[in-house]
Amino acid sequence: MAMTDTAPLAKADIELARRRQKKINGVILLCLAAFVALAFGATSEGDAVFRLTLPRDAVKIPNLVLPAAPYAYIVAALLAFFGIRQFLRGGGRSTNVFLGIGLLLVVTAFLAWATAGKSFSLTGMLESTLVRAVPIALGGLAGVLSERVAVVNIAIEGMLLAGAFAGALIGSVMGGVIGIVGAVAIGGLFGFILAALVVTHRVDQIIAGVAINLFVLGLTSYVSSQVLTEYTWLNNAPVFRPIEIPFLSDLPVVGPVLFRQNLFVYGALIMVLVATYYLFHTRTGLRARAVGEHPEAADTLGINVYRTRYINVTLAGMVAGFGGAWFTLGSVGRFDEGMTGGRGFIGLAAMIFGRWHPVGALMAALVFGFADSLQQKLAILQTPIPSEFLAMAPYIATIVLVAGLIGRARPPAADGQPYIKE
Amino acid sequence: MSEPGKLDAISSDLLKRAVADRFNGEEMILVPVLSVVLALAIGAIVMLATGVGFGSIGQSYLALFTGSVGSVNAISETLTAAAPLTLAGLGIALGFRAGLFNIGAEGQLILGGIAAVAVGFALTDTPAWIHLPLALLAGALAGAAWAAIAGWLKAATGAHEVITTIMLNLIALRLVDYLLRNPPIQKPGRADPISQSVLPSAELPRLLTWIDPNLRVHAGILLVVAAVAIVYWLLFRTTKGFEFRAAGANPDAARYAGMRSGLIIVLVMATAGALAGLAGANQVLGVLGRASPGFSGGAGFDAIAVALLGRSHPVGVLLAGLLFGALQAGGREMQVAAGVSIDLISIIQALVIVFMAAPTLVRATIPWVFTKQVGR
Repeated sequence: MAMTDTAPLAKADIELARRRQKKINGVILLCLAAFVALAFGATSEGDAVFRLTLPRDAVKIPNLVLPAAPYAYIVAALLAFFGIRQFLRGGGRSTNVFLGIGLLLVVTAFLAWATAGKSFSLTGMLESTLVRAVPIALGGLAGVLSERVAVVNIAIEGMLLAGAFAGALIGSVMGGVIGIVGAVAIGGLFGFILAALVVTHRVDQIIAGVAINLFVLGLTSYVSSQVLTEYTWLNNAPVFRPIEIPFLSDLPVVGPVLFRQNLFVYGALIMVLVATYYLFHTRTGLRARAVGEHPEAADTLGINVYRTRYINVTLAGMVAGFGGAWFTLGSVGRFDEGMTGGRGFIGLAAMIFGRWHPVGALMAALVFGFADSLQQKLAILQTPIPSEFLAMAPYIATIVLVAGLIGRARPPAADGQPYIKE
Repeated sequence: MSEPGKLDAISSDLLKRAVADRFNGEEMILVPVLSVVLALAIGAIVMLATGVGFGSIGQSYLALFTGSVGSVNAISETLTAAAPLTLAGLGIALGFRAGLFNIGAEGQLILGGIAAVAVGFALTDTPAWIHLPLALLAGALAGAAWAAIAGWLKAATGAHEVITTIMLNLIALRLVDYLLRNPPIQKPGRADPISQSVLPSAELPRLLTWIDPNLRVHAGILLVVAAVAIVYWLLFRTTKGFEFRAAGANPDAARYAGMRSGLIIVLVMATAGALAGLAGANQVLGVLGRASPGFSGGAGFDAIAVALLGRSHPVGVLLAGLLFGALQAGGREMQVAAGVSIDLISIIQALVIVFMAAPTLVRATIPWVFTKQVGR
């Protein structure tokens, strides 16, 4: 692919980069250890109380109590051990695992520090993590579906926004369920338009995506300020309430987090599973991936490259449209200009971060969702850190992870290249 | 008749067909003009669909015209709006040429703006000929440093520049929010996020105040012209520029030719960031006089469209920047005069991009304007 490719490096270069990366990871871990000891261990006192039960829960379980300062020192010691081991030995395959565990430990130490002397609802945060991950995961999934057939999808943001708008408008007039159907249809329409532009008219894929984003932003904002401000009943959609799954929703911690959510959370999880099955366990999925890796070969074997791209990119649009409906039908019930606020781009990052795999994209989305809700909840705890810096933390963590943990993720081989049938 | 003569005749015939005047005219002039016309037509349909009457539509497009090129003031507004778009667009275009997709212009732009403001109010009693260049330099350096982070990460670890620049944008946004709410950047005595004002000695002087003191066009446009020339020279007349383009066109070949890909990536990103930072400095030193949240007006994102529309060629980017500037200036007039939301401009911009990028679509929509072409 032309523009978003990770430039392939010569073998020697890669070897060198790997070795350097291992050392870098070791140093990162050591720095984290020092940071945890000095910033968290030395400054906190008292116990951190994590509440595991929500007020409405049927089964109550006791709170988790951690002495903050000792816990921070234990984490620092573990990190230092990992770091030294990494620096000296360069731990082969386990490198990424240790860095991942290390970062997780830092997060827990941070939480203990922030909560020291107070109490904090861990279950509540996990619950909102999943909710906030939904649009990002669906955006990432839309990216996976289209990039697997080698169509770069910058337009996810626009498709989310179109879904949000259609959901609010149609949902206000005809009810929530029709609203979702409408959002999915409109998302699919923009997927189809993207496919038509890049497959049939051979517009550069990035140009087409940027144009769709701009178009949707313009159209929805225009209609919103020109029409919806006047006829407010057109922008007053019903919101889907959480559905409790019998028995399972009564389980402590897991119940509220996984089984007491609204339609969109279940929908997103199911879609990720279905997409994984489709892409990696069906004949059609194999063909789709073949189109993404080597369209010439796929064509030779009788696969219709153009049709495969049309179908998958349209599907991607439908998934993003559903994700977009989350913003209106799944949370606030009304449309605001530009309300997706760059979630589509974060979804794009989640896709790359998740190595072009649906489950990977979901995991990455959960990381973003976690950070998002963490920041929200920490505002209540009143930590001395300015809220802007807390808000930055997930993005910095992403950069660190992408640089250290993921390294060179490989996109589908033909990603971004138009295919011209001979 | 000898063989070579025959071949000559054939080849000259082929050449004539390939570079025929009419063909060129259609691609270079007809398609862009028709793209704008078609986009405006669809814009009119959108307005009709949302209950705007025919009279108001005529009035809006008249306002769009007079507001962008209809008077000296309108042209001044167009140039003022075009300046940051072109500067940041040049940076993004440079990245495209080298195969890098830099979404981070927005972050580079706002940090450049903040740095320029900081130098702009901090250096008191400095003559303008030192102060202004220093403020501009600060903007460029801040943008360059911010972009170089993404470049370095890509070169050192292979981290994908699309992810890192998106994340750096989000970080820059929070950082600027923080800076604007706290001393020393925040204006003393204010609770809302707003910076101190730039001193007169660091302001980009307005150029046409001798005609009318309200004309806002400022020396930043000279900066734009210089930047276009420099980027053109850099890309097409220097060895480094050749390396940039080679790295973009064929990274493997570039490496086999002994070019250091890592260094090239960092240099390209830093240059692109410097241009975006200048765009930010241009806004605060030339137009706003201070920084506040959202002072960029999304110029860093619009610049991506400008770079794409300009086909990543410096002159193309300049023309695209002028077009977008004209649409923005005209759009403001349209909103005031005809009461049609300025968001319509985004729709028109998007359609222009699509039609420019898909000449076949223009041909399919209005085939009778074009001379017949064999195949595609």
